[in-house]
Amino acid sequence: MSGDEKDGPVTPGTGAGGASGPSGASNASSAGAAAFGPQEIARRDVSGAVAGRAREGMFGIAGSGDTSGFGGLRLPAYAPAPAERPYGGWFDEVADEAAAALADDGGADFDTCVHQVTVDRGEMTWYVDREHLVRLARTLRDDPALRFEFCSGISGVDYGEGVPQQLHVVVQLLSMTYRRRLRLEIALELDDAHCPSLVEVFPTADWHERETWDMFGIVFDGHPSLTRILMPDDWNGHPQLKSYPLGGIPVEYHDAEIPPPDQRRAYT
Amino acid sequence: MTTTDPYAASSRETTEGTVYTVTGGDWDEMIDQTAGDERIVINMGPQHPSTHGVLRLVLELQGEVVTDARLVIGYLHTGIEKNCEYRTWTQGVTFVTRADYLAPLFNETAYCLSTERLLGIDVPERAATIRVLLMEINRIGSHLVALATGGMELGALTGMTNGFREREEVLHLLEFLTGLRMNHAFIRPGGVVQDLPEGYRERITSFLEVMRGRLPGFHKLLTGNRIWRQRLEGVGYLPLDGCLALGVTGPILRSAGLAWDLREVEPYLGYENYDFEVPTDTAADSFARYLLRVEEMSQSLRIIEQALDRLEPGPVMVEDAKIAWPAKLSIGADGMGNSLDHVRKIMGQSMESLIHHFKLVTEGFKVPPGQAYVPIESPRGELGAHLVSDGGTRPLRVHLRDPSFVNLQAAPAMSEGGMVSDVIAALASLDPVMGGCDR
Repeated sequence: MSGDEKDGPVTPGTGAGGASGPSGASNASSAGAAAFGPQEIARRDVSGAVAGRAREGMFGIAGSGDTSGFGGLRLPAYAPAPAERPYGGWFDEVADEAAAALADDGGADFDTCVHQVTVDRGEMTWYVDREHLVRLARTLRDDPALRFEFCSGISGVDYGEGVPQQLHVVVQLLSMTYRRRLRLEIALELDDAHCPSLVEVFPTADWHERETWDMFGIVFDGHPSLTRILMPDDWNGHPQLKSYPLGGIPVEYHDAEIPPPDQRRAYT
Repeated sequence: MTTTDPYAASSRETTEGTVYTVTGGDWDEMIDQTAGDERIVINMGPQHPSTHGVLRLVLELQGEVVTDARLVIGYLHTGIEKNCEYRTWTQGVTFVTRADYLAPLFNETAYCLSTERLLGIDVPERAATIRVLLMEINRIGSHLVALATGGMELGALTGMTNGFREREEVLHLLEFLTGLRMNHAFIRPGGVVQDLPEGYRERITSFLEVMRGRLPGFHKLLTGNRIWRQRLEGVGYLPLDGCLALGVTGPILRSAGLAWDLREVEPYLGYENYDFEVPTDTAADSFARYLLRVEEMSQSLRIIEQALDRLEPGPVMVEDAKIAWPAKLSIGADGMGNSLDHVRKIMGQSMESLIHHFKLVTEGFKVPPGQAYVPIESPRGELGAHLVSDGGTRPLRVHLRDPSFVNLQAAPAMSEGGMVSDVIAALASLDPVMGGCDR
C-alpha cells in the first residue's frame, strides 16, 4: 500500500521529448537538430524552455494489476511555447529597448543573449544564456527606457530527472519606474550547475544566491561568499533537488510506523 | 568576585583566542580579563530575548562600536517549500500559512493568487472582499507585534503589554471569523473555505471601535516619550538607494520616502476600489518606521470599514466543481464538520458525488503547466509566491519570496558603525519574522 514508487516510472528518455512524446516538446532531439547550422543547434538545443516532465500513470502504478486504464496513460513533457510578435502590451517595448541597448554597446545581440521569450499568463519570461546574464542584467538595470532597478528575488527550480537542463535559476526583476515585472530564467545541466553571480549588479542577490546554492547546489561564480544559509554548514546534499528524499526517517507513533511522505501512497 | 562565583564567566582557549561564555551579570569580569584588547567578537543568539526570534548575530566590537555585523539564519528552517511539493495544491495552503506566522493570511493569499493565475480563474467578488478584510485585520495584528516586541527589546515594557493586549483583540476576532487564531488555512485556491459566521458584522464593527479608541494610546505612550525617541531617532538609517540595492520593501522602503505599496501600485483583489493612503516619511530611521506602522494600522481600519460595506451576499468559492471542494462545512455540535445535508446526499443518493468528493480531496485538482509569480504587500513588504506546475495535482515548486529574508540583509548596513545597543533598535525596526525568513 505504501510501497508504490510514484517517481519510479518516470524514466530518463521519456522526458527528453523528441523521440517519444507526440508533441516533440519542441526540444528537438539531437537527430533533428543536426539538420540546422551550429548556431541553430546552439539555440534549439538549449531547451531552456523545458518546464515539466513526462508523466505516466495517473496513479503512479506500473506493472501491477491496475485495471483502471490509467496505468498506461502517458502525458508528454511540457515546454512553454515561444511567444510570437507582437507580444502585447509593454512586452514588445521592453524587448525592443533591450535589443537596442545591447546593440549599442557592441556586445552580443539580443537573440544571442536571450534564447527564448515566453509570454504566459500575463508574465514575460526570458530564457537567458548564462554567458551574457550579468551584462543583460546590467543593461536592464541601467538603461533609461528599461530601469529594472529592483531585483525581487532569485530562486531555483528542479524540473526532475530526465528533463534536459533540469535546473533553472529564476530571477524576478521589477521596474519601479515603469511598474513592470520581468522574469529571467537560466537553464543549467545538473552536472554543470554553474551560473554567474548577480551580486555585483543587485547586492540583494547575495542571500538569494546563497539560498539557491544551499537548496539546489547551483554554484554562482563570482559570489563573494557562497556558503550555506538555511541548512547547517556541514550538511550533505541539497534538499530542494528532486532526487533528495523528503523526510526519509520513519516516524514511529504508537507502534505504527509511518513511512516518510514521499513513500506513502500518492495519486498523481 | 571570587573564583567560586557560580555566575563567573567560563572561558576556554581556542586557536582563535579565548572564548568566554557570558551569561549575564558577569560582563564586568569578562571586560577585566580582556583588558587591553579592545576588539571583541561577540555572538548573540540564536536564543536571545533581543534578537527578534531565533536569529544569531555575530558582532565585532571595537569598544562599544560595532565594526562588523554578520547575521546567521536558518534556525527555523522547516522545509515548507519542499513539503508543498508532496501535497495537493489545496493542502499547500496549510503549509505556507506557517511560514510567516505573524501574517498567515498573507501567505495564504499570495499562494492562492498564484495558484489561481496558473488555473486562470478569478475568485468571486465576496471571496476577494473577505480576503481583503481578513488581511487588513491581520496586518493590524502583525504591526502590533512589531511594536510590542520592539518595545520589549528596547525596555519599553508597557509598549509590549499594550501591544499584546491589542493583538489579543485581533486574534479573538480572527478566531471568530476563521476558526483559528493563527495558521488559519482559511483562504483556499478558488476563494475562501467558508462564508463568514453569523454576527460577523457586529463583531468587526465593535472591533473597529475598540481599535479606534486604543491606537492613539501608542502615540500617548511612545511617540512623545523622550527615551523612546532617543533610542529610535537617527538609528538604523537606511536611505532609498540602499533600500533598492538591498531589495528592501515595506515600511522600511516607505520610511525612506518612496510610496511603494503594492496595494496601490499593483492592485490585486480590488484594492484599487478602496480609499486609503500610503504613509511615507523621509527620515529613513527606526522612529519613522515606528510612526509608519502606527499610521498603517489606522489606514487598515479604514480599509476594513470599506470592505465591510462592500460585502454583498454571494458565493465565496468558484463555481467550478472541478476545483471547489464539494463539501459545505458547517459548525456542528462537535465543532467543525461537513454539513449533514451534503453527507446525506453523497451517501444516500449520488454515488458520483461521493466519488467526485473522494477524488478531489485525495487526489486534488490538476493545474495546467506553467509558472506564476504573484507579489502582495504583506506587513513587512513584498511577499511573492513563485509557483511552478508540471500539470499534475501537486506543485513542482513552491517558493515564497519572503520580505523578512530579504530585509534582514539590510541589518549590517543599518548597524555597522553604530553602538551595539542600536543594533537592537535597528533589528526591531526591520521586524523580521524568522518563520518566514527561514521557511
